[in-house]
Amino acid sequence: METLKQGLKEKIIAVLNLEDINLEDINDNDPLFGDGLGLDSIDALELIVMLDKDYGIKLVDPKEGKTIFKSIETMAAYISANRTK
Amino acid sequence: MRKTYINGAGCISAQKTFDTVFLEEAEINENNTILALKVPVYKDFISPVAIRRMAKGVKNGIVASALAMKEAQVKTVDAIITGTGMGCIEDSEKFLKAILDNKEEFLTPTSFIQSTHNTVGAQIALGLQCNAYNLTYVNGAVSFESALLDAKMKMEEQEASTVLIGGIDETADYTMSLLKLAGFIKKENEGPYKVLNSTTKGAVYGEGATFFVLGDKKKDNTYAEVLAVEILNQLKEEELEAKFTAFLKSNSLQISDIDAVVLGYDGDVEFDSYYKILSENSFVNTPQVYYKHLCGEYNTASAFGLWIGAKIIKTQQIPEIIKVNSLQNPAYKKILLYNQYKGIDHSFTLISKC
Amino acid sequence: MNNGVAITGMGIISAIGNSVEENFISLINNKVGITTIENISTVHATVIKVGEIKKTNQQLADELQLSSDNNFSRTAMLGAIAAKQAVHNAGITSINDCKTGLISATSVAGMDMTEKYYYDYFENTALTKYISSHDCGDVAHKIADELGLEGMVTTISTACSSAANAIMLGARLIKSGKLDRVIVGGTDALAKFTINGFKTLMILSETDNMPFDNNRKGLNLGEAAAFLVLESDEIVKKDNKKVLARISGYGNANDAFHQTASSENGDGAFLAMEKAFQVAGLKPEQIDYINVHGTATPNNDLSEGRALVRIFGEEKVPDFSSTKPYTGHTLAAAAAIEAVYSVLAIQNNVVFPNLNFKTPMEEFNLMPQTTLKHKKIEHVLSNSFGFGGNCSTLIFSKSK
Repeated sequence: METLKQGLKEKIIAVLNLEDINLEDINDNDPLFGDGLGLDSIDALELIVMLDKDYGIKLVDPKEGKTIFKSIETMAAYISANRTK
Repeated sequence: MRKTYINGAGCISAQKTFDTVFLEEAEINENNTILALKVPVYKDFISPVAIRRMAKGVKNGIVASALAMKEAQVKTVDAIITGTGMGCIEDSEKFLKAILDNKEEFLTPTSFIQSTHNTVGAQIALGLQCNAYNLTYVNGAVSFESALLDAKMKMEEQEASTVLIGGIDETADYTMSLLKLAGFIKKENEGPYKVLNSTTKGAVYGEGATFFVLGDKKKDNTYAEVLAVEILNQLKEEELEAKFTAFLKSNSLQISDIDAVVLGYDGDVEFDSYYKILSENSFVNTPQVYYKHLCGEYNTASAFGLWIGAKIIKTQQIPEIIKVNSLQNPAYKKILLYNQYKGIDHSFTLISKC
Repeated sequence: MNNGVAITGMGIISAIGNSVEENFISLINNKVGITTIENISTVHATVIKVGEIKKTNQQLADELQLSSDNNFSRTAMLGAIAAKQAVHNAGITSINDCKTGLISATSVAGMDMTEKYYYDYFENTALTKYISSHDCGDVAHKIADELGLEGMVTTISTACSSAANAIMLGARLIKSGKLDRVIVGGTDALAKFTINGFKTLMILSETDNMPFDNNRKGLNLGEAAAFLVLESDEIVKKDNKKVLARISGYGNANDAFHQTASSENGDGAFLAMEKAFQVAGLKPEQIDYINVHGTATPNNDLSEGRALVRIFGEEKVPDFSSTKPYTGHTLAAAAAIEAVYSVLAIQNNVVFPNLNFKTPMEEFNLMPQTTLKHKKIEHVLSNSFGFGGNCSTLIFSKSK
């Protein structure tokens, strides 16, 4: 789970172009959207594609992203349970 | 009729134009077919959270518009009108390549969204939280003049007191290679590329963002008044001088009233003949100015031309580096600008000291 | 109210017809144009439905009698066909006999060709000619050439509100006396670029679009072109022209909320409609029919619905419908084809139905008109909202 969480942080920084953010800056339970990292709905769509490409999870309804992408913790839990890659 | 004044300007180009007065540090580059931008420190103007998605055109547009608004001392405007010839090609290329390379799979939205032509105007509005009229013109070499014309009309209709207008275009590798293939850009190994008296086809290309804040009230640091703008799709060379005379006449002027003429010479031997007609005939006794050897050719380069014209009126000087001939005038009160690209998209702009 | 600017000609090509007459017949007979895509090969073919014009590029070129070495994009061909129809409809024989302009609108421009040949240009010199047809300006240049138009030509590109802004500028140019006559409208062809772009935003529907329905899933893309001819009252009088309808109001505002989504309370939409009423000198209760933007995305219909409630009052929203179940969302051409439909509504005193509607949205009490309705129509309001928060409203009125 720890490697998954580390990997997720790396991917988020890369995919969302967060040049000024380091791995240590992202805490597992920090909110990713709104306050915290300040991501928005376009970032959510980018993460949905990442879920598909890297973990084989296809989300049909973009609204599902709200709960899944709450924090690194919730993302890792969801991916662990549902990944096909 | 309400008047239109240029009260602020911001320019990002291949020259140091954002932190100098008027081309004191300008350099001519006759060796490259594409001129590189002199970039500002974007982080000084845009937050990292916003910057991460932005391609060059958006970043340059935001900085140039911020500079113009700062100079005009306004925090908001009644309209935002932009012009771009090719739009945001960096992001267009990115999204298209992703479609073709990944066979339409695993595509992400950011570059698609950023590629829409009105994204610069939209992001400026977002940053300013400005709900006002917001338009984008995309029509080759009259894209910027269309924005200028619309802005002037807004003032005349008394629908706006201040308008932000701008011209933005980007270079992007693959698109530039296609334009080279099509003969729009000079061939390699045909340098040095001189814009005046060129013997080769195509032009040296560039990119940039030039913004102005127009207002209906004169201020202490007002550059000039915009008197008239006209756009024509087609014009034959033999009709050019008659057209000019008519344009000036409709503004109660004649050729001898013009103190300087700013011409869009771009070094394309096929079409610079339009400018030559004016240089060698109607305006043979007028100080003549050219500028695309400094900024390169691109669809909205004429915005750089307007920046030059406005600066001439403000400083009452024509820097050596942009002179076509060595004529001078004791005062530069009325300036005429003329531009066209490949024989179409002709524009005439008239500005004056106020 | 003011007299408004005269519309003296119209032309249109869409998934429901190749002329004004054909489009009207489809509208009154519930004949929709939403099908599976045929002209473009895309991996998404089985999961999207589109409003496709069932003509190949060769057929369009033949119709325009273009030479075999032409470099028209599909967008330019559709635009030229519609613009020529409009000019003919307006009875214009000598297009440069007064100050005439063309204000076009497009978002796809020549991308339909560019995406086909992007990697082939360097190997196949026969394709080089398409490099110059990529940009928006080329579409307008080609249309102007087909019309022989020498005067003012420009193009607006503000995503889905583009054509509304073109029509608005045209009206202002006539009012100010800068032009005597102007051809205004928009054109967009289907392209992989836009199909994939909208897919990444997850707002495409696999089934027929259902505007203002609680279970709506998204939009169907479409392609189309439509142009109107606007002429000054002097020209109308001098040439004894028939006035089809008038543009009495227009407004543009920016939502300034998000790059692709509309604000929850429809601020941009509200401001655009408010402005249009101001220009027209009309009150909301004078509107007989609203052709809504109604793309059937969860976001647009909610935002637009809220704005309608704010302008009209929930119980007083006039008969409204989206015609996108017929044609799909034709992007930069949308406001132009819907302008033609607004004029048809006025000429024929009819409200077109909002098809595919079953369940009203829970957020408010708004029921679109679901069947063809005959009633006296004096004023029609048409909305078009685009990415970048660009919101535009036009008001069309019967000519007195």
